[in-house]
Amino acid sequence: MRRTLRGSLVALSVSALFLTACSGGSSDGASGSQDEATKPGEKVELNFWAWAPEMDKTVEVWNESHPDIHVTVNKQDGGDPAVTKLLTATKAGSGAPDLMQAEYQALPTMVAAGALADIKGELSGEAQGHFSDGVWNAVTLGTDAVYAVPQDAAPLMFFYRSDVFDKLKIKVPTTWDEYAQAARTIHQDDKKKYLGTFSSNDAGLFAGLTQQNGASWWGIDGDAWSVNIDSDASRKVAQYWGGLVEEGVIDNTPMYTPGWNSALNKGTQVGWVSAVWAPGVLAGNAADTKGKWKVAPMPQWTAGANVSGSWGGSSTAVTSQSKHKAAAAQFAEWLNTSADGVKALATISNVYPADQTNSAAALSEPPAFFENQPDFYEVAAKIAGTTAPFTYGPNTNVAYSAFNDAFGKAAQSKSAAAFTQALTSMQTQTVEDLKSSGFTTK
Amino acid sequence: MLPAVVLYVFSIAVPIGYTAFLSLRTVKVQGLGLGPGSRTEVWAGLSNYGGTLSDADFLSSVLRVLGYGLVVIPVMLGLALLFALLLDSVRVRARRFARLVIFMPYAVPAVISSLLWGFLYLPAVSPFTYAADQVGVTLPQPMAPGLVLFAIANIAVWGGVGFNMIVLYTALRSIPSELYEAARIDGCNELQIAWRIKIPVILPSLIMTSVFGMITTLQVFAEPTVLRPLTNNISTSWSPLMMIYRDAFTRNDIYSASATSVVLAVATFLLSFGFLRLVQNRAFAQENR
Repeated sequence: MRRTLRGSLVALSVSALFLTACSGGSSDGASGSQDEATKPGEKVELNFWAWAPEMDKTVEVWNESHPDIHVTVNKQDGGDPAVTKLLTATKAGSGAPDLMQAEYQALPTMVAAGALADIKGELSGEAQGHFSDGVWNAVTLGTDAVYAVPQDAAPLMFFYRSDVFDKLKIKVPTTWDEYAQAARTIHQDDKKKYLGTFSSNDAGLFAGLTQQNGASWWGIDGDAWSVNIDSDASRKVAQYWGGLVEEGVIDNTPMYTPGWNSALNKGTQVGWVSAVWAPGVLAGNAADTKGKWKVAPMPQWTAGANVSGSWGGSSTAVTSQSKHKAAAAQFAEWLNTSADGVKALATISNVYPADQTNSAAALSEPPAFFENQPDFYEVAAKIAGTTAPFTYGPNTNVAYSAFNDAFGKAAQSKSAAAFTQALTSMQTQTVEDLKSSGFTTK
Repeated sequence: MLPAVVLYVFSIAVPIGYTAFLSLRTVKVQGLGLGPGSRTEVWAGLSNYGGTLSDADFLSSVLRVLGYGLVVIPVMLGLALLFALLLDSVRVRARRFARLVIFMPYAVPAVISSLLWGFLYLPAVSPFTYAADQVGVTLPQPMAPGLVLFAIANIAVWGGVGFNMIVLYTALRSIPSELYEAARIDGCNELQIAWRIKIPVILPSLIMTSVFGMITTLQVFAEPTVLRPLTNNISTSWSPLMMIYRDAFTRNDIYSASATSVVLAVATFLLSFGFLRLVQNRAFAQENR
């Protein structure tokens, strides 16, 4: 008894070591594994990680009309934790879903980690025609492959409390100079009131603001990556916000804290440069202010211009571990381009579809929180067409976490000079990370 | 013995071994790093360790946590000892109830207590700030740059005092009462009994709780991680464990995260054993005599 036990123990630990070595040796999960064949009449089961609200009900529409492919939604929290989970599952070699809702800025990271499958061959030729070039470029990363189907677009817009603006007789700012002036007027009227805050919590918004000014933080040049975080275009934006924080007319506390929520609700934060999904956040965090907000295009750097950036937005990707890539790609295309799918996305999950063919029909009503602005989606559609191009890099996660630290310090120090230094620190950390991983950089 | 060995091998030795293995490896990327086959895992030798030890962020996180320990451990053990002595003194009423109330914060998970304190710290929602405003006093902001370390230490102390108090109190209860009687006959008052009898006798327990305190200090993670989104003053590498978490899960670099964990584990080991060696002559002198 004892001997056999010891023997099997040795075998066990040897196989454990062997497994360890294997999983360590091949972190590349994207090696073109073939789809598992399904017998005729057998139902394909797909697993879908998503965080858009009510996605399970949206997917019900598909499940009812497609009895042979069943999709189960597994609700995730937010963007980053889900990406982390997927990357960990990819490294472990199992545990990934078939489909995943992926933010555009996370796509290069996920592709570089071998977590996503190239589904170019599985999509119909019509898919591309549904999307603007900028959005389509985000899912191809400028290569010949297609790594996801665009789901929602997230153009930046300016949200403001129209009652406060009316009371103080402030015109809706059309340039950033006017925005600064409005911020001063509001803060002078009441020292507790701010037109907005510079938050060091989420690099996505700041990236979008620099995008509006023509920055693109990464670029592909032949087979080399370039990093342009610390560019003139970004520096102008950092200097501008740093100046407002230094002057004290814009708050410097992070967004998405209990304090920020209560400031929105109490009316001490009276404006928010945010994306098209903001009504959902405002409805949840500032319910008392319903009907008092309005939306306008973003302030511009040059008067009369018409450019926007974006903050977030996501796509539906097929993972490299999926055993049913063709079926998964078919579902992703249906969800984001078919009339039924887009309508379900817009009306059930309340996302702003990236699709340009079917979305107008689906978005006739404004969000409930903005019922005083019937043309909400017309404004949004106009802005969505003006989004500047922007390329994310294979280590967006590194740059974003560097942002948290560098701009956290800068926002606290309340000096415009610290804001531009923070950009330099982000640039250095991002380039060093690319180099130490062996990426070719320029 | 065999079940213990199996348990040890699979739950401790294999994970440690795997971490050590990972810390010696790294990923190399070719070109753009997109598409299949562009990443390969290779041997890195000791370069991950070199990276960790020369990283200014890591060194400052270690120093920060040492400073944090200098605040937390004396305050936490001092309060725990004080409470234990008070509970043990003869005149205390409702002893069982008092013991439970002091111990209660330990039963609150660190994440919950950090959220709770986070609300109390944020000026916009804090009842303290509100109350102070009503009487025209401006309170200092607990999460301002100079104070944030104390704000985090406060949460740890709040949660940890009860546990240490129970350990010390239990040691106090095991002191035979003849010792006290003898001391009283010799004319000792309660303070002298505490100082000359109780504290020397429970010294080994105090040493044990200090070692526990040091280990938990080096591993501080939950409190700053929960408070971080609420303020500009806690960086993603505030403590060594936060930095390991960031590297492994935000930056997706488990190799340097493994190297940093090994360094942290060795440092914890050296520190706790160094401390034990330092104090054992004094603490256990009677037993060796």
